[in-house]
Amino acid sequence: MMRRIDALNAIYPRLQESVVVTIMGAVAAELQSIGHRPNFFYLQHAMGLASSLGLGIALSRPMQRVIVLDGDGSVLMNLGGLTTLARYRPKNLVHIVFDNESLLSVGGFPTATSTGSDLAAIAHAAGVPHTSTVRETGALVGALNDAIGRNDLATIVAKVEAVGPAAFVTDLGLLENRFEFQRWLRQH
Amino acid sequence: MPVSTSSSRVIYDALKASGVRLVSALPETWLVHLIRMAEDDPDMILVRLAKEEEGVGISAGAHFAGVTSAMLMQNHGFLASINGIVSCAQLYKIPLLMLISYRGEFGERDPWQTEGGGVTEDLLRALRIPFAYLDRPDHVASRIRKAQTLAYSANKPVALLLCRDLMWEEPA
Repeated sequence: MMRRIDALNAIYPRLQESVVVTIMGAVAAELQSIGHRPNFFYLQHAMGLASSLGLGIALSRPMQRVIVLDGDGSVLMNLGGLTTLARYRPKNLVHIVFDNESLLSVGGFPTATSTGSDLAAIAHAAGVPHTSTVRETGALVGALNDAIGRNDLATIVAKVEAVGPAAFVTDLGLLENRFEFQRWLRQH
Repeated sequence: MPVSTSSSRVIYDALKASGVRLVSALPETWLVHLIRMAEDDPDMILVRLAKEEEGVGISAGAHFAGVTSAMLMQNHGFLASINGIVSCAQLYKIPLLMLISYRGEFGERDPWQTEGGGVTEDLLRALRIPFAYLDRPDHVASRIRKAQTLAYSANKPVALLLCRDLMWEEPA
């Protein structure tokens, strides 16, 4: 099992060159600790909608590579969104789900993936054409490179330890991030 | 089905004229013609949703990318979208044009629509979402244009309530 921060470090070179949408909390704080970029947007609330937001970008900008960094708690709140993703099958979108089997940001209570719910299998059954579950950073990098090389929608579930940063609030304002990201996207 | 084709056409043409290029929708009776028009339009991206709240995220993403969008939903879909509206569209100041079929108003025959109809306007006010009614074809175009103008100048969600008098052709 890997730590999410190590996973983020391992895929950071691919994130740098992509449009990235993350969920709230630990993922956002950890990615910012590695290095914020104007092409990274952190959806700091609205649990479940990061993949929908990524879909909106991917459909509007078919030539831009979009990577969504999701989490098990968020995906479980919008399982129907997987069917919408699969239905439109944006070839430029890779959906990575960090699955720590818990709601870490709000006390660490276990989610249903801790009792056997398999998000890669759910994504596959929803119609996502390529799905996988990875447990090591090397396998994650490989799966991401495969997804980008294949140029097709993929959901990669990355099993990670339930550990995160000490604090979730960073000095990057929500609206500062939002307008910077929009400006970047419209210029590229 | 007495859903007004001509009013649906007026609404659709007004959306097109205001630059809408992406529509997210979850079907309901009053929206059937509008959704078919989007489906038949090669210049429109139609995103069929599993649940309306997804449309808030999709519209936010489209907006970041410079694409003008609209959401088509029933008022119960609006009820189902409220967390997304507050914690995505309002928190992040996203212009969001919502066309909401106003079921459960005077004239409603379906008992299951009546509770949602009774709370729709109060919820819009509680959320401080500016809204207006579309109840006659002659003001549809100007109200859609003005609603969108406000959504963009204020960077916030706005709503247009599609009313029975516009959408439904009662048998004489």
